This record gives sequence, structure tokens and C-alpha cells, in this order.
Amino acid sequence: MSQTSSAIVPQGAAGPKDADHFIELKGLHKSFGKQKILQGIDLQLRHGETLVLIGPSGEGKTVLMKHVIGLLKPDKGTVSVAGIVVNSLGEREMAPIRQKVSMMFQNAALFDSMTVAQNVAFPLVEAGVRDKNEIRTRVEEALECVDLAEHGHKLPVNLSGGMRKRAGIARAIVGRTQCILYDEPTASLDPVVSDVIDQMILRMKRRFNVTSIVVTHDMKSMFKIADRIAMLKEGVIHFLGTPDELRACKDEGIQDFIEGRSHVVA
Amino acid sequence: MDFAVYLGQLASLGKDLWDAVRSGTWRLRLVAEQIVSIGYGSQAVVIVTGAFTGAVFTFQTYAKFKDFGVESTVGAVVSIALCRELGPVLAGLMVAGRVGASMAADIGTMKVTEQVDALRVMGVHPVDYLVLPRFLAMMISMPFLVAESISFGLMASYVVCVYGFGVPDAWYMKHMLEHTDMTDLIIGMIKGFVFGIVITLVSCHQGLAAEDGAVGVGLGTTRAVVISSLSLLIINFFLSILLNYIFPLGTGI
Repeated sequence: MSQTSSAIVPQGAAGPKDADHFIELKGLHKSFGKQKILQGIDLQLRHGETLVLIGPSGEGKTVLMKHVIGLLKPDKGTVSVAGIVVNSLGEREMAPIRQKVSMMFQNAALFDSMTVAQNVAFPLVEAGVRDKNEIRTRVEEALECVDLAEHGHKLPVNLSGGMRKRAGIARAIVGRTQCILYDEPTASLDPVVSDVIDQMILRMKRRFNVTSIVVTHDMKSMFKIADRIAMLKEGVIHFLGTPDELRACKDEGIQDFIEGRSHVVA
Repeated sequence: MDFAVYLGQLASLGKDLWDAVRSGTWRLRLVAEQIVSIGYGSQAVVIVTGAFTGAVFTFQTYAKFKDFGVESTVGAVVSIALCRELGPVLAGLMVAGRVGASMAADIGTMKVTEQVDALRVMGVHPVDYLVLPRFLAMMISMPFLVAESISFGLMASYVVCVYGFGVPDAWYMKHMLEHTDMTDLIIGMIKGFVFGIVITLVSCHQGLAAEDGAVGVGLGTTRAVVISSLSLLIINFFLSILLNYIFPLGTGI
């Protein structure tokens, strides 16, 4: 592991050492201009594991996730998905990998010109599913999962922010990919709907053994869904461990973060 | 240096487009939608442009030709000018304004709202989905839009000359048909075809390169119109030389 000496990685939490990992990041570095975002990330995820990525805003959590799906290329280091090093692949060569991995964007990134149902059906149509009944059934299932069954006919512009986010989640899960990346899935959602999303993430793992990376600032959700938690700080993995190990961690900065303490006096 | 980088980016987009053509993933429904949007949607613009250009050109030419007593040859001059230069250039400029701006704004908005990244995540190459249909639609639509612009320009010229100034219909038609043939119309359509390629490449590139939210989209849209319009005028000059070499006008230069 290339974390700094201050990194907190409990015994056995660093991930599997065998070949049973779906995602593997080695020595990942990324800068934008002079701003260093990632400074040596090493991380492995097993098949079916849910890793929750936390950390202060602007520390590169989304940047890290975008490397996994090839939206960004690292300056240094390697990214492997399903045993294939993806950072050297071109856009067209990435297509088969992207059939295995889907992503839910922070702002949903729904296509404005399509209805919600058409948005959700899009990955199926592009993956070559031609049976209209199958597409309809799977779209309805995905929309029901996120409590949007009644809103499939609407355009994204007519949805609230939370509904758009849920539609984005429906689009990410409809393809039943082996891995789903969620970028703040419960932000701007009410507590009940947040729980619906958490349960859905757990169900995807139980039913389809889906590997997930979830970026979140929702600590309650994190403890519900995480197999392991990674805290990103100053470009490195500052903590990596199970939810219980995180609770037991004595690091004051980590405890302040998960408890939401700012030490600012009013 | 910046210009060299820009040309490199355009060449890279051209290569991606070529790969998209070869990939065989032609989304014909999207091509049809774009033909409706570009071809059908631009008709009013090119008809008005062609008609009034033909009318005003006829009006001014007649005034001078009358002094030389050759007013019946106005039709010949106007038709040559419309077919070879004014029709394709003005239709091209109008389409660059209407369609080029729309392409850059649509794709640019998709870029800054991560919709382009969403396409990539789903294994869909943005050039295949966003650029190729627009490219094919422009290549199909532009020659016909130019022909339409020329036709309405000639009709307007006829009306102004024959009904407005009383030039005998037979003389007008005789001179026009003596000096204009299908070659002239084909030259205009070839230019329209080339301009369609230029407008699509420049505008889609500006859309895909958009950054920094709404400001970036606005900037990209402005650049798309300015660059494609200027490129069109410059390319037109060299294209005229080339086409005049292939299809000489008069005794040739």
C-alpha cells in the first residue's frame, strides 16, 4: 500500500490479496494542472463487495470513481477492472468493460430529450436488447425499485432534483451490470427515500452479487450498506476498514468527520 | 501554436468520425430526425435568403445593364452568380448560423451536464451517437438546401425582371438557359456538400470541447458560428478555383 504514514489501515482491511478482485487500483496519481488530486491510491475490491468512499468535499472521490470506468485516465498507476488494465484502452476498446460497469452520476445526467422511461431503457437498447416486452418489464422493475413507477412518461425537466437522482439510479441498475458506481445516491433525498435507495443497493448485492463503490456524505447510509469504508484525504486513502473498525477508530479527525463536528463556535 | 492544436483536434474528431462511419453503428432513426431538424427546419431560412438575394441582385444588375442596353442578359448573370457563388455561400452562412449554433449548443449542454459522459459510461461513443447522425444529415440536406435557395433566387429574379421591369420573358429565359446549365447547379450543390462537412465538424467540435457551464456553452456556440462562417468563406474561394478548373466558366482562366 502506498498510503502516507498517517494512513489508518486495520489488519486485514486492505482487501483481498488473491485474484478474486473485480477492481484493482495501483499507485494511482492524478493532477489537474498544478492541483494534485490523487497521490498514490491502492485499492482492491472483491466481487460482490460494497465499498463506501468518504472524505471531505473536493478530495477526489468522484475523480477516483471516474478512473474506474475510464472517464479519466491516470497520470501514473494502473486501473484494472475484471482483470483488464483499462487505463491503456481507447474509447472504443472500453465499450465491453462498460457493459460490465455502470455509473450513477451526482447530478443524474439524464438525457433531456428523452422521457424518464426512455432514459432508463437506453442502456438496454444500446446493449442490443431488442425484445420490447423485456425492455418494458425491466424498465418498470427499475423504476419501481426507486419509487418512480408513475413518472416514466415525464421528461427530466419536469422532475424534482431527488426524482431525477432516482431516475439516474434506475438507469444505472437496469442493465444488471456486475459493478455499479454510485456518486452520492442519497444526497438531496428525504430520509425515507434514502432508505429505499440503501435497501436497493443491498438488494442488488444480495440478488446479483453486484460490486459497488458508493461515494457519499450520508453517514447513516454508509453504515447500512458498507462492507468496507475508505476515507480519502489529501490525495491518499487515509482510512480503510470495516464499519466496525471505523466506529472503533481513535483518530480524532475521522471521528469528527463521521460525527459531523466542525469545532466552529457560534 | 493554438491554431495548430485546434487543427489537430479537428483532425482527431475527423478520425473518430471516420471510425464511426466504419463501425457500422449508424443510427438511422437519429439521422432521419436530424434531416428533419436540419433539412426541413432550415427551408424557410434558405428560401427567404435565396429569394431576396436573387431579387435584389437582379434589381441592381438591371439598373446598370440597362445603361449598356443588355438588360435581357440579367437572367444569365444572376443565374451564374446564384448557382456558383451566392446560393451556396449565403445558404451555407445561414445554415452555419442556424444549425451550427444549435449543434454546438445542444452538444455543449450535454457535455457540461455530464450527459456525454453518461453516453460513454453506457459504452456509446459520443461521436457515433451525436456527431455521425448530424454529419450524415448535413451531407444529405445541404446540397438540397442550396439547390432550393438557388431555385427561389432564380424565381425571384424572373419576377423582378419580367414582371417588375418588363424584360420580355422569352429573352430572359433564352439568355439564362444559354449561359446556365446543370453543371452550374451541380457546382453549387458540391459546395453545399463541402460546407455541410465544415459546419458539422467545427460546430460539433465546439460542443464536445465545451467546459465551464453555461458560459462555456455560450462561448462554444459563438465560436462555432464565427469559425464555420469564416472557414466557409475562405474554403469557398479555393473551392471556386478548383471547381472552375474542373468545370470551366466561359473560356476558362
